[in-house]
Parts: sequence; C-alpha cells; structure tokens
Amino acid sequence: MLEFTDEQDAFRGVVREFAEAEIAPHAEAWDRDHTFPTETVLAMGELGLFGLMFGAEWGGADAGLTTQCIAIEEVGRVDQSMGITLEAGVSLGARPIAEYGTDDQRERWLPDLVAGRRLAAFGLTEPGGGSDAGATSTRAVRDGDEWVIDGAKTFITNSGTDITSLVTVTARTDEGISAIVVPAGAPGLTVEPAYRKMGWHASDTHGLVMEDCRVPAENLLGEPGRGFAQFLSTLDDGRVAIAALSVGLIAACLDECVRYANERTAFGRPIGSYQAVAFKCADMATSLETARLATYHAAGLRDAGRPFRREAAIAKLHASEAAVAATREATQIFGGYGFIDETPVSRFYRDAKILEIGEGTSEIQRLVISRDLGLGEPR
Amino acid sequence: MIVVVCVKQIPDPADPGALDPDTKTLKRDVKLILDESDSYGVEMGLQLVDAAGEGEVRLVSMVPNSEVSGLRTALAMGAESAVLVSDEALAGSDALSTAKVLAAAIRRCEPDLVLTGTESSDGYTGTVPAQVAELMDLPSVTFAKEIAVADGVATVKRQTEDGYDEIECSLPAVVSVTAGVVEPRYPSFKGIMAAKNKPVDEVDLAALGIDPGTVGWAGAGQEITDIAEAPAREAGEVIVDEGDAHERILAFLDDLKIL
Ligand SMILES: Cc1cc2nc3c(=O)[nH]c(=O)nc-3n(C[C@H](O)[C@H](O)[C@H](O)COP(=O)(O)OP(=O)(O)OC[C@H]3O[C@@H](n4cnc5c(N)ncnc54)[C@H](O)[C@@H]3O)c2cc1C
Ligand SMILES: Cc1cc2nc3c(=O)[nH]c(=O)nc-3n(C[C@H](O)[C@H](O)[C@H](O)COP(=O)(O)OP(=O)(O)OC[C@H]3O[C@@H](n4cnc5c(N)ncnc54)[C@H](O)[C@@H]3O)c2cc1C
Repeated sequence: MLEFTDEQDAFRGVVREFAEAEIAPHAEAWDRDHTFPTETVLAMGELGLFGLMFGAEWGGADAGLTTQCIAIEEVGRVDQSMGITLEAGVSLGARPIAEYGTDDQRERWLPDLVAGRRLAAFGLTEPGGGSDAGATSTRAVRDGDEWVIDGAKTFITNSGTDITSLVTVTARTDEGISAIVVPAGAPGLTVEPAYRKMGWHASDTHGLVMEDCRVPAENLLGEPGRGFAQFLSTLDDGRVAIAALSVGLIAACLDECVRYANERTAFGRPIGSYQAVAFKCADMATSLETARLATYHAAGLRDAGRPFRREAAIAKLHASEAAVAATREATQIFGGYGFIDETPVSRFYRDAKILEIGEGTSEIQRLVISRDLGLGEPR
Repeated sequence: MIVVVCVKQIPDPADPGALDPDTKTLKRDVKLILDESDSYGVEMGLQLVDAAGEGEVRLVSMVPNSEVSGLRTALAMGAESAVLVSDEALAGSDALSTAKVLAAAIRRCEPDLVLTGTESSDGYTGTVPAQVAELMDLPSVTFAKEIAVADGVATVKRQTEDGYDEIECSLPAVVSVTAGVVEPRYPSFKGIMAAKNKPVDEVDLAALGIDPGTVGWAGAGQEITDIAEAPAREAGEVIVDEGDAHERILAFLDDLKIL
C-alpha cells in the first residue's frame, strides 16, 4: 500500500491549493502566448518547491525525492510547463552542483537555486545527438586560468530565463568528457531565440552556442573526465521526477474526463453511460494507479538509500507512455472540443509526447532495463 | 512583541456536514480546519512580528474536541505556539461564552496585541472580538485593513464604507482584521515539518478557572429557536440592450441602493 506521512499529505494539499490558485487560472494564456511566468516561478521558490531535496545548510528542507515528486505531480496536474520548469531546475540544474560541487561552488550558486531565486540548466544534448551522450563534440581547453569552450547545445530547458544563473555543460577535455559551469552572460555564450515547440509552451528552451566562450578554471564541476559518469548518476532522480510529472498529467486527464463524461450527452444520455467512453476512463484510472505506484516505489527506494536504477527507468517508461495514451484518449472523449486550444485536454495532448523523449527516450529506458536484465547489444 | 491571534477551527466549508436538528447547531464531529477568515489575522501577525524584528505569534483556539489540524496549518505558516481550550462542556457555547473562554486563554499568553477575524465563516455573528476586548478591559478596534505598531501604540486603518478611518490606540488592544487585506502565505514543507514540534498547550476549563456551568449549553444566554433553508436563488433579471441598457442597469443598481 502506498502511504505518505501526514506532513507529506498536508504538503500535497498546500501545493494543490497553490497550483489551483496561482497557476491554473493562467495556464491557458501562458500556453497560448508562450509566456515564461517569472513571478510565478519565484512564488514557487518562496513556497520552497526548489529546495525540497537539499540540506538545511543550503536553505533546503532535506525532504527527499518522494516529497519532491509530490510537488512536481501537483504542479504538473495543472500545468506541465511549470512542472518541467520545477523538475529541470531541481534535477538538471541544482542537483549536479549539490552533488559534485566544491564547497566554494556550492556556496556560490546553491543558496539562490535552492530558494528558487535563480534557475540553473544542464546542457548535454547537442545538435548531433542526445541519446548517445558519450559522443559529445563540444570541446573545452585550458588557457591559463580559464576554460575556453567551443560547441553547441540544443533544447536546453531553463537556459534563457531572466533568472537563469548558469548552465552546466558537458564538454570534451583532455581527460574525456567533463562538466563545466558556464555562468549566464559568460563572454562567448550565445543563447539562441526560444524554440517554437509542439507543447511545453511556457517552459523556457533554447539552443546555446559557445564560441571562444571563456569561464574561470575553477568552474570545472567534479572530476575532469567524469562529466558523463556523473551525469548518469544524477539522471536516475530525474527519471523518477519525470514519471511524477507524467502521473500529474494522467490525474488531470482522469478528472477532466470523468466530469465531462457525466455532463456531455449524446443520443439522450451522458456519454459516460456508454461503455466505450466509460472504459477509457477505467483504463485511465488503472494507468494512473500503476504509474503512481511505480513512481513512488522508485522514489521510496532512493530515499531509503537503496539501488533504484531499474525502477527509475521502469517508472519513467511506464508513466510517460501511460500519459501519452491518457491524453490521446482524453482528447477523444472530448470530441471536437478536445481539438480546440481552450480545452485543457488539447494542451495536455500536446504537452504529453515530450515525456517519452526528454531525460532519456523510451528506447533508452528500455535499453537501461534490458541491460539490467543482462540482455541487449554488447557495449 | 507578542501577537496573539484567535483562530477558529471549523468544518471544511467545501464539505460542511450538516446541522443537528436537535440542537440546531452545526455538527462538529468532522475534521476541522483553519477558518480562512482567520488566516488573514495570522498573516498580519507574522508581518507585524517581522516588522518589529522581534517577538512571535501565539495562537488561541477553542473547540469542543481536541482538534489541532487547523492550528497546525497556522503553526506551519509561522506562528510559534498555541493554546487550545478543549473541554466537552464547551459544546453549545454561544458567542459570549466563547469570548469568556478566549479572554481567559489570551491572558495566559501576555499579549502586546490581540488579533481576530472580523467574523467567522460558520457562526459569523461578528461579536466575539468586541466581547473579548470588553472582558479584558482593552481597547477594541474593528475591521482593520492595515496595522502599524510603534512605541506601545497601534495605528490602524479601519475600513469603512467610504474609505478608511485612521485610529490610534494604546496597546495591548484587540483588533479584528478584515478578510482579504493581506495575502496569507502558503506553508512550506519546512514550515509543516517545524509545526509538528511546536508546542500546543491543551487546557480545559478547570485550568482556566472557568465554571463549566457558565459556558456551553449550560451557560448559553443565546438560544437558536428555529432554522430554515436559505431561500433558493431567484432568477436574475436579463437586460437586453436596446440602446438604453446603461440607464436601466443604473436604475436597477439604484433600486438596490448599491450606488
Ligand atoms: C522541450 C525539450 C527540452 C529538453 N531539455 C533538455 C535539457 O534541459 N538538457 C539537455 O541536455 N537536453 C534536453 N533535451 C533534449 C532531450 O533530452 C533529447 O532530445 C533526448 O535525449 C533525445 O535525444 P535526441 O533528440 O538527440 O535524439 P536521438 O538521440 O537522435 O534519438 C533519435 C531516435 O533514435 C532513438 N535511439 C537512439 N539511440 C538508440 C538506441 N541505442 N537504441 C534504440 N533507439 C535509439 C531514440 O530513442 C529516438 O527515438 C530537451 C528536449 C526537448 C524537446
Ligand atoms: C448557527 C450557529 C450554529 C452554531 N453551532 C455550534 C456548534 O455546533 N458547536 C459549538 O461549539 N458552537 C456553535 N455555535 C457557536 C459559535 O460557533 C460560537 O458562538 C463561536 O465560537 C463564536 O461566534 P462566531 O463564530 O459568530 O464568532 P465571530 O464573532 O463571528 O468570530 C470573530 C472572530 O473571533 C474569533 N473566534 C470566534 N470563535 C473562536 C473560537 N472558537 N476559537 C478561537 N477564535 C474564535 C476568530 O478570530 C473569529 O474570526 C453556533 C453558532 C451559530 C450562530
């Protein structure tokens, strides 16, 4: 049985109230206008949503991945763009600094990230590929007490907001692939215009170009040549968090569909009285439950300090695929209205697909799981 | 500066339960939550303590059972401690009895300032704040929209129909805070965890030196003689614009004495 502490339940209530009052009323307009709502993100920071996984010394709540997932699920239930802004800010932005930063680096960057006053991004994907992270072609060379970085990154979340403080990029150095912190506004860093995307319209995504980009030598994050390995180990948390974002989306679809199936009539009866519609809702309730169980099982293992790589990949794979299916069927249940922008499920449908792609595609999750089974192609 | 905030814990208005036909009062055997009307007092108190740079917010609440979940919400927002008056003999208390009990509990907290809501969401007689002030022999200021404290004096902007009065009074005083004048903060997870360990001092009538015969059903000077369904909402008047809609709307509002 899935059980949360009283405090986690109370917190879920607070985040839901916050999301419904401060985010939900604006989600449609932000989506339509491609607005990144800085003030709202700062308000999420004030509520402590960015600090849940970090220690009290950095201003965090030390509350673990489970509590973080609760926050992401509840925000994602009303707005996937704000959900990914939170997820990426924590999993991709702040976590690598907390995990691999020196005391100096942490003191410099973490307090603002933990408080949600600033956002950090992680730049791994390149125009030439994301899944094969080992093939990174961005280069960094030492020149005196500076790194000189040349290369490009694509699809980097939170990299161009007014409150972005840094992007950690992976780059090839003499030792292999290393991670280097590039502060916003570093000389030689160009943040390209925001992409036009199918969904996640209110989330901030840019390409980055680094030409003779110079950052101080002390911005190397963690061990030289270990950038790739380090990234892989923080990735598991992120996968569970994306699963939580997916759970929020399925929950939103189920709510919308049950309500609509009772209200909307066809041939003189509520459409929910037809099994074809009712069973879609039953399937949605089923996948909500299995996705939620898988997500919080993986998060619970992690919080208990136990291995959870396979469970993280399973949760991400299952929840994201279930979310895509749920949004597709929700759109179907809403009929023509489901295809119209003002109807939330149409936004949900557009927002869902990326869940099967970002932070490791479904194929990559299957690769991770099958490797864990001792199967798959030789590496 | 010690700010005492009176917070009522009430049945969730989203799931309000039912009236008891025998006693004609609201059944309170469900989970009670913090009355939203009182979240403004809590926020105002926290802001005043912040501005003063010292002190704390203490809560006082009265319930017939030992309910604390509404108190935990206010503690998670940042209040430091609470006095909970809980006694079976309190069931059926009218507003004056409530005020007597609250006054006795507030005294234990040695306040510099007492804040309340202007009226609760369930009973909404709006009489408790002034009664508490009278019983404690303190100045009473109602409908505050802004409060500033300096040198033992409170300066209060008191909301009126046309604007506001500016009132000065000596401290301690009892000030009721109008709903909506501040934005109550959301409790953070850290706040929720901290609230778990904040002291809630549960006291009964004996501890407050109150004779059970003077409160609750026994002491009620107010009796609810009848309850009736609220009248169903009548259909509104639709004004179709034939060029004179603005005039007809003005006339309509004038009739209602809204203008
Ligand atoms: C909105 C958005 C936000 C993003 N945010 C970030 C970010 O903040 N930071 C960041 O670094 N990246 C980010 N990404 C990039 C994202 O993580 C990548 O798009 C994703 O990892 C896939 O990489 P790719 O696009 O290069 O696809 P490719 O790696 O080129 O893959 C193409 C297809 O081939 C499949 N494939 C690849 N290898 C195999 C294999 N071995 N076996 C089977 N199938 C395979 C893939 O599953 C996929 O279907 C973001 C992307 C988007 C769209
Ligand atoms: C229709 C009706 C039904 C009632 N049913 C019951 C019942 O079932 N059981 C029962 O015990 N009482 C019941 N009462 C009594 C009523 O709840 C009390 O009189 C109440 O505590 C004070 O009146 P009020 O809610 O109108 O306070 P108001 O004067 O409207 O409240 C103003 C402010 O005073 C403070 N305050 C008021 N009450 C409390 C409190 N209890 N603790 C802390 N602060 C407080 C709050 O700050 C509040 O915002 C009922 C009253 C009415 C009119």
